[in-house]
Amino acid sequence: MSVLVYTESLKGKFKKNAFEVASYAHKVAQELGTTVTAVSFNAEDDASLGTYGVSKVLKVSDDSLATFNAKAYAFALAQAAEKEAAKVIILSSSADSKFLAPILTAKLSAGYVPNVVAAPESTSPFVVKRTAFSNKGFALTEISADIKIIGVSSNAFGLKENNVSASIEDFAPSLGDDAFSAKSIEVDRVVGKATIADADIVVSGGRGLKGPENWGMIEELADVLGAATACSKPVSDMGWRPHSEHVGQTGKPVASNLYIAIGISGAIQHLAGVNSSKVKVVINNDPEAPFFKAADYGIVGDAFEVVPELIEKLKEFKAQNT
Amino acid sequence: MKILVCISNVPDTTSKINFTEGDTKFDTNGVQFVINPNDEFGLTRAMWFKEKQGATVHVVNVGGPQTEPTIRKALAIGADEAIRVNAEPVDGFFVAQQLAEVVKKGEYDLIIAGRESIDYNGGMVPGILATLLDMNFVNTCIDLEIDGTNVTAVREIDGGKEKISTSLPLVIGGQKGLVEESDLRIPNMRGIMMARKKPLNVVEPVDAIQPTHDQKFEKPAAKGPVKLVDAANVGELVELLHNEAKVI
Repeated sequence: MSVLVYTESLKGKFKKNAFEVASYAHKVAQELGTTVTAVSFNAEDDASLGTYGVSKVLKVSDDSLATFNAKAYAFALAQAAEKEAAKVIILSSSADSKFLAPILTAKLSAGYVPNVVAAPESTSPFVVKRTAFSNKGFALTEISADIKIIGVSSNAFGLKENNVSASIEDFAPSLGDDAFSAKSIEVDRVVGKATIADADIVVSGGRGLKGPENWGMIEELADVLGAATACSKPVSDMGWRPHSEHVGQTGKPVASNLYIAIGISGAIQHLAGVNSSKVKVVINNDPEAPFFKAADYGIVGDAFEVVPELIEKLKEFKAQNT
Repeated sequence: MKILVCISNVPDTTSKINFTEGDTKFDTNGVQFVINPNDEFGLTRAMWFKEKQGATVHVVNVGGPQTEPTIRKALAIGADEAIRVNAEPVDGFFVAQQLAEVVKKGEYDLIIAGRESIDYNGGMVPGILATLLDMNFVNTCIDLEIDGTNVTAVREIDGGKEKISTSLPLVIGGQKGLVEESDLRIPNMRGIMMARKKPLNVVEPVDAIQPTHDQKFEKPAAKGPVKLVDAANVGELVELLHNEAKVI
């Protein structure tokens, strides 16, 4: 009856969202009077999950699962859920989790709710709060199915330490050829840089930057802050920046702790996409830009003067605070 | 190759979102409905397969009669036939089960859906559909090439992309990247005229489970006024972000 949690890792190291979903699962397990069981895939430091309240780790060590495979991972999780008689399964809102969750949902005839922003409102009936209408609203959604799958939004619940000692048990799911009917043949991933999906801070540029040649200062600001870089829709449509950086309603959603918008006027579609960010800063030379109505902090000024100055001040701040 | 494109009827991206009936329903008053943007990229890619590889393209929508203008638009863009499953799309699992029936009857090789609808954001329909039908599945698909039954797809991952090799029959969750924004088609007069004569078959829903129910909706809390920092005093912003907002 334990709460099952899918803990994502990359090259053996747990991602931050693994600890976040473990923290969330611990909260749910407390409400239900049970414990948390994690499933890990080829991870090195399974015991570290205990810090976030995981009592037991089902450790999968399998070379054929070295690269993420949605179907095979979903099948493995379904078998783990059955073994543990789990009624609640928690995962993240990463691209990988959103890929495997529907497969798992269909396998288990479960009720799946993604983009959940808080601990359950109640567990009987089981009701969770999630974003809807591309962050222009929230829904309180009841899951009536026997098995409930929750996709937790990044940075929504946060990391909560609940030290327990995690027992580690080897788990070998039975996976036939059918589980590998789609194969990864090439992965092209930026290494050593924060991604929009899991960054604490996102620095974003818009048309006000006048051209792709001016992105140096955006990247430098992001470097100083350890932030991911993003852009508005027109910027990606004009090919100044890759599509993968487009944030907004039809691009990627942003749920960072800090979002800095530079030269972005703030169209309703853009604001919807970044609405889940906790603190928003806007730098724009037009005081009438709609973004000023949605932001927490703002500077009316020329980005080409303000941003280099901001980089200097942040460098000084970092020097004093480290 | 027979392609089915699944389209959602969603509020235009510029819509302001309001709720009605004690915040239990989305207020459609004054809202312009469109083809879900993620689905429109997929529909345009399907047109490419039709023109270059001789595919047949059908579109399907699960919705009431009010969605027919959106379905006709998909026909005007170039789909050959349309199906409307006459039911409210109350839950992703429910919708996927309805679509599974349509796919079984129509014997499609490729099903293109959007990675999520921009209204209820469930993001589960393509994956559940694929699993119910035991078909292959690629989500957040940004490139799709088909040669016979061999498929090479690229999906967006966090911080990059991944190339995947698989085969038909296949379901994809598509998005921008499948085609460019500039490749999207606006229906021309001839397309609109032809669309009026194309079949739009209405079928009744099958019995299906509905594991989730939206009970209530909320709008985000109203925002306080922005705190402005003088452009000549950028250091103050750093201080506010550290001491007040506590985000750096």
